Parts: sequence; structure tokens; C-alpha cells
Amino acid sequence: MLSHKTIISTLVGVLLLLPMLAQASDIMPTVPKAKAEANPDTLCIRDVKDMRKNHMNYILHKRDLTMHEGIRTSQDSLAECIGCHVSKDSKGQYPSFGDDKHFCSSCHNFAAVKVDCFDCHNAKPTEASKTGSTIK
Amino acid sequence: MTQPVNNTTESTTDLYRRNFLGKTVAAAGIALAPGMLLTEVAHARPAGQAVTSKNRWGMLINTNKCGSGCTECVTACQTENGWGGADNSEQHSNASQQAVWIRKVKLKDKQTNHVQSLPLMCQHCETAPCVDVCPTGASFKRADGVVLVDKHICIGCRYCMMACPYKARSFIHEAIENQKVHAPRGKGTVESCTMCVHRIDKDGTPACVEACNAEGHQAMYFGDLNDSNSVISKELAKNGGQQLRPDLALNTGVRYQGL
Repeated sequence: MLSHKTIISTLVGVLLLLPMLAQASDIMPTVPKAKAEANPDTLCIRDVKDMRKNHMNYILHKRDLTMHEGIRTSQDSLAECIGCHVSKDSKGQYPSFGDDKHFCSSCHNFAAVKVDCFDCHNAKPTEASKTGSTIK
Repeated sequence: MTQPVNNTTESTTDLYRRNFLGKTVAAAGIALAPGMLLTEVAHARPAGQAVTSKNRWGMLINTNKCGSGCTECVTACQTENGWGGADNSEQHSNASQQAVWIRKVKLKDKQTNHVQSLPLMCQHCETAPCVDVCPTGASFKRADGVVLVDKHICIGCRYCMMACPYKARSFIHEAIENQKVHAPRGKGTVESCTMCVHRIDKDGTPACVEACNAEGHQAMYFGDLNDSNSVISKELAKNGGQQLRPDLALNTGVRYQGL
């Protein structure tokens, strides 16, 4: 027969473990959905896995092309990424960079990778940026 | 004339030759196509093609037409590139620290009391001192003559500001918000007039020139200095255009008339 002590300690143990079990399921970041699906097969301008792994290289390459050679096409343009991927929150406002609801921050906060893109670039879509409709 | 002995062989050879010639001509056409584009009118640069030294963008400012109290060019630049003005995000910087991409300068001849007014901005020098002194290569001249700061590699040392004889550059002292998409600006970097490079790349005209013309002053011209048929080149060839500080031999892209 179980003593009161054993029952209480087991209950306490289970209660302590519950939040940990709950956390394990939603520990991964919630990445906001893009406004438009540029390509229904790959969802983005390239395969999602490729973009997750290599997006920094693509935008770094495009950055130099734009800055030094004046090539302002929509492919790999940061403004286009922002225009399509950053969506309004429940209050109808665009989240700031650093907010977990911001597309870039949702992962970067989780991975603790600091980026300085938005020290200079606008992290929110503006009228000038399109909604991904031109990307093929 | 003798008839061909073996028609079958002849026709096969002809077919082979025709195919070969056809493919060669097609290949030559492809090889020539990029070259052909280069010989076209200066303005039509395809979006995916890099700028070349075939163009040299420049401006001509007629100080006689420039209105003394008019600041339309300055306001247009502020609106276009998101510096200064009413919604200035440099709240903690004092007036001498805040960014100035273009400013109106008043010149007064003390002897004759003749007053002139002119807009002053980056002169987009051919041999730019700011480019010479930059330790990281952030300050650079694009192939088409536009002098820019690559803020990605600018370390904010401000050496270029010291070197510029026109006081055309500014340093950003504090965090900036709500930048224009085409004009990123941020703390710790140097910036100056870009000759509205984002507009040039889309066959446009700088905002200041557009505003001056809209106001009816027609004091500013923009165009290709390398194209002898452009309005700016014709005007410069006919009436000349002075450099500011010509003694420095910088071959500026911005020229002035009426000084």
C-alpha cells in the first residue's frame, strides 16, 4: 500500500513535469506565413529548405550587385522579402524587427543570431514594396 | 553544264551545309546580341545589366535661374530620401550634426552686393577625394560616375568627410527609423547625395531636378555627360559650365553656370 508521502511526491513530480512536456511541443519558432505564394510548388522563390539555409548568401550577393552595379531586379531583393513575408498583427500593425511576430525575428530570436540589416533598412513593408506578385 | 552524277549525295551535302550555316549564323547572332545592346541609346539599360562607364551622369545648375528664397530642391530631396524635414528621426542630434544631403548656399559679392543662390551637394567628382581616403572601400565611384557610400562596409571613421572639399557628407549619430525602401540610412555610417541613383537605374531624373523644373525655374539639368547629344552636353558645349574649386582638378560631375 502506498503511503501518503509517496502519492504526494509522485503527484508533485508529475505536476513539475507537465509544463516541460507542454514546452517541448511548442519550443520551435512560429514562422508567420507569407502574404502571397509566389510559386505554389516551392512556396518561395526557391525551395524552402534552400532559403532557410542559404538566404543570407543570396541577399548578400544581391546587395553587392545592387549597390555597385545598379542591378535592381526583384529576385533576392530585401525589399521584396519584407514586402511579402512581414504581415500585419491582430491590431493591423506591422511588427517591428525584434518582435517574435516579425518574420525575420521569429527565427533569429530563436537561433540567437543577430543581424544588422534593419539598422539601416526598413523592416516593415511600405507602399513602395510589392507583395511578391512580381516574383516568379 | 554537267548535271550532278549523284543527286542523293549532293542533296545530303547541301542539307548538311545549310544546317551548318544556319546554326553558325544563329550562334553569331547570339554572340553579337549583347554587343548590339551596348551600341544602343545610353538610357535603355536592361534591369539585369550592370552600369558601365559608357555613361557619366552629371548635373548642370544655372545660378541665374535659381530662385534666392526657393528651397524646392532641398525639400524634394528630403521627401525622396527621408532625411531632415518635419518627421526627422534624428531627434537627439543638434542642427550641425543632422544629415544634409543638399543645401542652398548664398554668395554675396561684397563690392557689388550682387547676391547669388545655388544648391550645393555631392559634386560626384571623377577623382573623388572621399574615395581616395576611404580605408575600407565603402566610399566608391560607380562605373557611371555616381559617387556613393556602401554602408554595408562603412565603419563610420568619417575620413571622407574630412577629405571632401564641398562639405557634402554627413554622419548619422543615432538610430534611424522608417527609412525609405530605396534609401537605407543608419547609425554609424556616412551618407551623401546619391544623385537619386535608384531613379537613375530606372531611367529617372533626380528628385531635386524634377522639383526645380516643376517649380518652373528650370535651373537644373540632369543627363549623360558622355553623350554629346544629351541636352546637358549640348548646353555645356555651347555655354560652358564651371566646376566649384576647379584648382583641385577633380573633374566634378556637377557643373555651374553664372558664377
